[in-house]
Amino acid sequence: MTELLTLAGALNRALADAMQEDGTVLMMGEDVGRLGGVFRVTDGLHATFGDARVIDTPLSESGIIGTAIGLAMRGFRPVCEIQFDGFVFPAVDQITTQLAKHHFRSDGRTRLPITIRIPFGGGIGAVEHHSESIEAYFTHTAGLRVVTPSHARDGYQMLRQAIDCDDPVIFLEPKRRYWDKAEVGPVSEGLFQARIVRAGTDATLLCYGPMVRTCLEAAGVADEEDQVSLEVIDLRSLSPLDLDTIFDSVRRTGHCVVVHEAPVFAGLGAELAARVQQECFFDLEAPVLRVGAPHAPYPPSKLERFYLPDVNRILDAVDTVRGM
Amino acid sequence: MAELLQLLTPEGERRHDDEIDVQVSGEELRGLFRDMVLVRRFDTEAHALQRQGELGLWPPLLGQEAAQVGAGRALNPDDFVFPTYREHGVAWCRGVDPVRLLALFRGVTHGGYDPAEYNFALPTIVIGDQTLHAVGYAMGVQRDGAEAAVMSFFGDGASSQGDVNEAFVWAAVHDAPVVFFCQNNQWAISQPLSRQTRIPLYRRAEGFGFPGIRVDGNDVLAVLAVTRWALARARAGHGPSLIEAFTYRMGAHTTSDDPTRYRVEEELEQWRLKDPIERVRAYLLRSGAADAAFVTGLEQEADALAQRLRKECRALPDPPPQEMFTHIYAEPHALVTAESAWWEEYLGDD
Repeated sequence: MTELLTLAGALNRALADAMQEDGTVLMMGEDVGRLGGVFRVTDGLHATFGDARVIDTPLSESGIIGTAIGLAMRGFRPVCEIQFDGFVFPAVDQITTQLAKHHFRSDGRTRLPITIRIPFGGGIGAVEHHSESIEAYFTHTAGLRVVTPSHARDGYQMLRQAIDCDDPVIFLEPKRRYWDKAEVGPVSEGLFQARIVRAGTDATLLCYGPMVRTCLEAAGVADEEDQVSLEVIDLRSLSPLDLDTIFDSVRRTGHCVVVHEAPVFAGLGAELAARVQQECFFDLEAPVLRVGAPHAPYPPSKLERFYLPDVNRILDAVDTVRGM
Repeated sequence: MAELLQLLTPEGERRHDDEIDVQVSGEELRGLFRDMVLVRRFDTEAHALQRQGELGLWPPLLGQEAAQVGAGRALNPDDFVFPTYREHGVAWCRGVDPVRLLALFRGVTHGGYDPAEYNFALPTIVIGDQTLHAVGYAMGVQRDGAEAAVMSFFGDGASSQGDVNEAFVWAAVHDAPVVFFCQNNQWAISQPLSRQTRIPLYRRAEGFGFPGIRVDGNDVLAVLAVTRWALARARAGHGPSLIEAFTYRMGAHTTSDDPTRYRVEEELEQWRLKDPIERVRAYLLRSGAADAAFVTGLEQEADALAQRLRKECRALPDPPPQEMFTHIYAEPHALVTAESAWWEEYLGDD
């Protein structure tokens, strides 16, 4: 059975179902209760589950993660919302020095099954600190898992799986896709598996989160205008990476372009390019290229269309790797 | 109540307080004395082990025995404690074998014991982070409807950290059953208290909306009394409180520190006169609660403890190299699996 939902609606449904099924699941964050969150992802949860399980917190991001750690030690399964990507930094100490390391520190005795939901990425015309791509800070930290759905169907299932996971999960929500609708129903992949969202033969596009839709649009244009067949892979999980799916694809197409909103320099694309070139060197017909933002702070919103990768920049990179 | 709660003077004179006091039997008093003597001997031995290369580092608790034993013995088994890395005396009271603490500083583990077994968390080394964990745990206790309290230790330096202040806010607005126990030992490595605050630390509590009390941290009876009061208050649902145990770090910050570069000998002389153990010894002997034979017997017990710790510390095995991959995640992680296999093969080639 499927149902047409927005990504925000699917995430809301996942939270409600998880809380219904497991009394230890808590939702906590700034304005997540009565308001239902600034993106309304937690809409209605407070009315259903009450103050004790849907916690409108003080305005204190380090406090959200720090107290979630204590709650998890007591046996709860907190889902934290950080209101915007750029607001996670006050909590990064708790996330990296405590949350990520506690299972290791305790020799496996203490599990901290905490999900941290963070709306991320640009494209919504926002002010500073509301459009950041923060994934590489967290993929670089052992002990964290980092995942991102690209649409409502994955949104529902991946959030349920993240909440069920006994490790801390950074759950990145592509905020400019919150209102995209998709049929929500069962998903066959596990939380840490990539998916080929469009099969192709001429080049592989590696992407995730908000860039999946953009890459699919690019693949459509390439097919219609140039009869170029692009394979698009939605990574879904950024730590761990599903490298087998990636390598299989690149070995077939011989060309690879990585696309993300984040700045290219020292971004996740660097890791992907290095691994693809190491494992697929003799199948590659050209170096792996990366399409992303420049080494510049996220610009004022009137400039973001130049900063963010778009169909043209992606297709330019495809032309380059294909020697066109 | 006086600005500094004191129930046993440095000379070993018993005082009483109208609001917060404690009745202890001779047996209890001997027990507190024994705890402090053994903890000091353990600390001294650990210091020596570091100097002899058996430990990488040691943060001595010298001078803070009363603050830690008084607080530690006020706890119920169901209460949960979040320590710093200097809470050797509290660990002792929770039943954690000192060898487990030595293991951390020998470098064979980052943890060493099961927090759930002792209701005693692993120390956080980033200053002040644990105060938020304590508040979260206390919020969990509230949700469970349990009658338990949570205690978070921290120091005067930590009082400047954002997390500690956030913890105060969270505890206050949630009425969390948590006791903030600040051992003000006057120094944060090289920085004196005047670098952290313009007002006495206990008075900060008022601004957050809960009571704060300063206690003579070298007086085990006063610390026991005030901590029992604060824990009972938390368990009864009256919310958080702050205890400032006014004490002194007689040793270095850690064995890597050199306090002669930043503080004067006269200051130590003043605090030596306020020694937490000597005043109990004087009171015990004067009141007849213990005799010289008890004290001598205790010294022998302390030496035996030290010998055991030395032996067991030196026998702690180094962890196998694969240990660094074992507990990164609770569930399998593809990268860790791959890198672990690579290392195993690489090291196996030697």
